[in-house]
Amino acid sequence: MAALSIRTLSKRYANLEVLKGINLDIESGEFTVLVGPSGCGKSTLLNIVAGLDRPSAGTIEIGGRVVNDVEPKDRDIAMVFQSYALYPSMTVRQNITFGMECRHVPKAEQEAALANVARLLQIEPLLGRKPSQLSGGQRQRVAMGRALVRDPLLFLFDEPLSNLDAKLRVEMRMEIKRLHQRIGATIVYVTHDQIEAMTMATRIAVMHHGEVQQFADPDTVYRYPANLFVARFMGSPPMNTMKARLEAEDGGPVVVIGAGRPDEARLRLQGYDAAASFVGRDIVVGIRPECIAEGNRGFSGACGAPVVVNAPVEMVEPTGAETIVLLRLGGESALARIAPDIRPVPGERAAFALDTRRICLFDPETERLIA
Amino acid sequence: MPGVVRRLPEHLTIWVPLLLSAAHLVSFSLWTIWISFTPSTLVPVSGWVGLRNYTAVMATRNWKIAFDNLLLFGSAFVLLSLVAGLVLAILLDQRIRGENALRSIFLYPLAVSFVVTGTVWSWLLNPGLGIQKLVQDLGWTSFRFDWLVDRDMAIWTIVIAAIWQSSGFAMALFLAGLRSVDADLVKAAQIDGAGPIRMYRRVILPTLWPITITVIVIQLQFAISTFDLVRALTNGGPGLATQLPALVVYDLMFQRGLLGRGAAAAVLMLLILLAVLLPYAAWRYLQRRRASHA
Repeated sequence: MAALSIRTLSKRYANLEVLKGINLDIESGEFTVLVGPSGCGKSTLLNIVAGLDRPSAGTIEIGGRVVNDVEPKDRDIAMVFQSYALYPSMTVRQNITFGMECRHVPKAEQEAALANVARLLQIEPLLGRKPSQLSGGQRQRVAMGRALVRDPLLFLFDEPLSNLDAKLRVEMRMEIKRLHQRIGATIVYVTHDQIEAMTMATRIAVMHHGEVQQFADPDTVYRYPANLFVARFMGSPPMNTMKARLEAEDGGPVVVIGAGRPDEARLRLQGYDAAASFVGRDIVVGIRPECIAEGNRGFSGACGAPVVVNAPVEMVEPTGAETIVLLRLGGESALARIAPDIRPVPGERAAFALDTRRICLFDPETERLIA
Repeated sequence: MPGVVRRLPEHLTIWVPLLLSAAHLVSFSLWTIWISFTPSTLVPVSGWVGLRNYTAVMATRNWKIAFDNLLLFGSAFVLLSLVAGLVLAILLDQRIRGENALRSIFLYPLAVSFVVTGTVWSWLLNPGLGIQKLVQDLGWTSFRFDWLVDRDMAIWTIVIAAIWQSSGFAMALFLAGLRSVDADLVKAAQIDGAGPIRMYRRVILPTLWPITITVIVIQLQFAISTFDLVRALTNGGPGLATQLPALVVYDLMFQRGLLGRGAAAAVLMLLILLAVLLPYAAWRYLQRRRASHA
């Protein structure tokens, strides 16, 4: 059953169209992350799903029921806010039970639900405190408790981790994921952080300019980005995208970067039948940094010798876990992730192995993925 | 040092007026305190009479009535202007049309001097001239609204005029407070299913209490020092029905020529004011200390 269906949803403020015909179907139990740069409309979409904002056109169904004209409190949803939005004058206990109090749930039931959630989130010792007496992580936990206690059809998270420091964010990320696995809730989670999207989601909706650019599982989004925007937005460092020409050689496609230059790079591809119609034309080639490695690296599952190029090194960034290298590939700059103990010298040339099986080809005009 | 020289104009603009006004305030306050311990009558004289002026002033019926009136007027005025300001602010906060115009209208009385407010209300409340006359002329001949000349009710006419004058100010502060409530808080309460009354009572109004305290203190110190409003509206009458401490000071100093007693009454007013301001200052200090610790 679809827990949430969004049909041709649009939203405009005066002359500004912030959502342009959004269609999304979210299955029950899924952890869907809406990710995109700020201003892409993801938070507006979440607010419309919650009923805090009205769509200009289109329908929203929650659990099979059209809720366009249903009040937020009757939509069977719970929401966690970026600012936590804990009621400052109430204790943690009152914050969590306030919704039940509004719905006139009997006291005994309230107590039972509160005890349950407090145990699940390990916030029992905090119940008597005010939000001002809590740390950021504790507030986050209480905000989640307030959502969990409702046991709704749909959880909405609006950038809940962006106010936490980096270390705590990673901890809470794991905790939310574990929570999802444990209670099997349906979650729609908004973030601008593509790492949160990749690590937590069962499906990612990448948004840009009020449109869903791609809606797929994290592996697909990463491996086959639907267009150049998705390719450049997901992944850190992002995918290298370079202008190139597609040629044919011995019946197979070859990507030529910097064609005609003395240092042109020719990358022979296996497969990529869908690109046949682009042979002899300009394309944009996308290579993930981890697909460019030190010259003697063998990529797992690759048959035959890897493609090795000799390229000038411009800059080296050791991160500890790996070395990021800025190199020139046929005159275009590209980032490579190589083993941490290898430090090429800037200004000199070095050998790099390329995993050509994972190269993406894009149409330079439509910016869509060709193959 | 070059920094100080470069910013000399700024320093001059701030420090010269500040020092001058502080010197005035402090020197005249000290002078008044000194006078209050002297046997001065028409002209200041030196000498020491201890607390005699104070006991004399506090023993007069005039002062007792003024003090009782201040208690009644102060609490009624502060409470009612608080409620009126809050209600206006909540109504204005409903994203209504013409909000700017209405806000200016409600705030405008603050720009009018108290003498003008007092005079206008003395006409409006005059039974033979204002509201009572109007309603009677419209046909309700038995209508009576003569609080201005009623010994028991006259103090309430001052309350009415003072509220008219300053509830707009309370409204402006409350409105600013309502507008600064975290929008997510309201959204969260909406999703929790709080209706408008519960929303205000449990979620929004509790965030306003620091503003409420500020409004109370400002209105209280206005109430304590009220002079021109009463002088123009009732001049303390009928009889002594609307006598207030500031009127007593004026009366003693400039009508009866009892400088020493007038000064003692003024110092007593200062003490009442301090009784309001010192706890407020202590509260602000604690707030700030807690904020810097958190």
